[in-house]
Amino acid sequence: MSFLYYPGCALKSSSKGYEESLLAVLGQLNFPIQELPDWSCCGATTYMGIDEKKAFALAARNLALAEQFGAGETVHLVAPCAACYLVLLKTQKYMAEYESIGRTISAALNAVGLKYEGRVRVRHALDVIIHDIGLGEVRAAVRRPLEGMKVACYYGCQVARPFAEFDDQHRPRSMDDLLRACGAETVDWPAKVTCCGAMLTGTIEQVGQRRSYMILHEAKRRGVDVVATACPLCQFNLECFQGPMSRRYGDEVKVPVGYFTQVMGMALGLDDRRIGLDRLFIPLWRPVAMV
Amino acid sequence: MAGLEIQRKVKYQEELDLEFPRQVAAMPGAADLNRCIQCGTCSATCPVSVYMDPTPRRLVAMTRAGFKEEVLQSSTIWLCASCYSCTVECPKGIKITDIMYALKRRAIEEGVYPRWLPIPVLAREFFRKVRQTGRSNEGQIATAMILKTNPLKLLRQIPLGLKLLWKGRMSLLTERMSGDREQLQDLLDYVDRQNHQAAPGTEA
Repeated sequence: MSFLYYPGCALKSSSKGYEESLLAVLGQLNFPIQELPDWSCCGATTYMGIDEKKAFALAARNLALAEQFGAGETVHLVAPCAACYLVLLKTQKYMAEYESIGRTISAALNAVGLKYEGRVRVRHALDVIIHDIGLGEVRAAVRRPLEGMKVACYYGCQVARPFAEFDDQHRPRSMDDLLRACGAETVDWPAKVTCCGAMLTGTIEQVGQRRSYMILHEAKRRGVDVVATACPLCQFNLECFQGPMSRRYGDEVKVPVGYFTQVMGMALGLDDRRIGLDRLFIPLWRPVAMV
Repeated sequence: MAGLEIQRKVKYQEELDLEFPRQVAAMPGAADLNRCIQCGTCSATCPVSVYMDPTPRRLVAMTRAGFKEEVLQSSTIWLCASCYSCTVECPKGIKITDIMYALKRRAIEEGVYPRWLPIPVLAREFFRKVRQTGRSNEGQIATAMILKTNPLKLLRQIPLGLKLLWKGRMSLLTERMSGDREQLQDLLDYVDRQNHQAAPGTEA
């Protein structure tokens, strides 16, 4: 079985720490993956609002490229970004479900010498770590258990909704299971699947930042040491706007927000820089018991 | 009574656009529009419906009734953050998020979205960048959007930009895909030609 890595644009820029920690963690677990050569942007959610067919064509190009690596077998395309994950899944489903979409996109791919026959399985990184590597392997690889660390696992929207194939849409638990296997304590909180505001934090700030503030406030009053995310935009919103949010709502919300792979990397004993901890605005410290 | 102004605030039946609901329902994912039972679960589960006027439930009702201008000019469709809560919770399985996308596209097509909204500008910048380079560049797209909608705001964003640069989370260089960008452009142009052949508003 071949596993290919689809980084998406964010993991090459604002969420470099996600890429660094993911690749380091997978390497440590003896599960190296190759990056899909010549990948292009998935279109994110923005493109759907402009031109749906072009959005699907953009995503389908990556599916077609990935399929070439399977030699007729199923290829697993691992997308760590929630938006990429959703868009690639949606493209697959809609190409199969709606004849008009399937026909146009297939014709467009053919016109540029590509084809897609449906042999790619789109997977989120969380899914792969839990189901292909397994919690047992993770537990065995833990070198510095996260004892005394209280984590709020934040799944956001698009990892779980609407196509969640590996977790519950209303009460996902995969990240909680994973970080508990790393020795951390996780909190049960209803905000873990609510929207962070997505693009609205930059476009209609008073609406978008209110969403992020609500989530951070709920995490903070549960006394967590870190909010763990599985999406570049969630991480960016929750971390980078903490200053403006604190001023806007007259409430200091200072809480570290990292990727679940960074928290995992700490437990696997990986060096801070290898898992991109130096890129966080609000430093994430190892709990005293771990040092 | 001189000077009394009489203003009509409701529409007459003949002013409704009966083609509109049909056109919307013809778009992929929006076909179930007519199955809506107006239960309001979408509005209840929507994280930003408190800012919406009309709420998603009312928007669906208005779309079905043919209130085309009111629907396309509403801020509701632009406030939708694509969280898919409504789609997951709808007891009739209506893909409300897809309906929002369909309405966004229609509003852009007809040029009737609210002028103060930076979102269509952001979407256009994104589109342009991806077509050129095969990749999106968050920093450049956000900067272009702010310059075109609210240049003064750019000053406020400088500290964030510097911090991202310092942390190696923003690149001043343009990200490009490694290989054949022409192939990508040909692909998008092909779809474009297909779209133009289809009648406007139907996206056949």
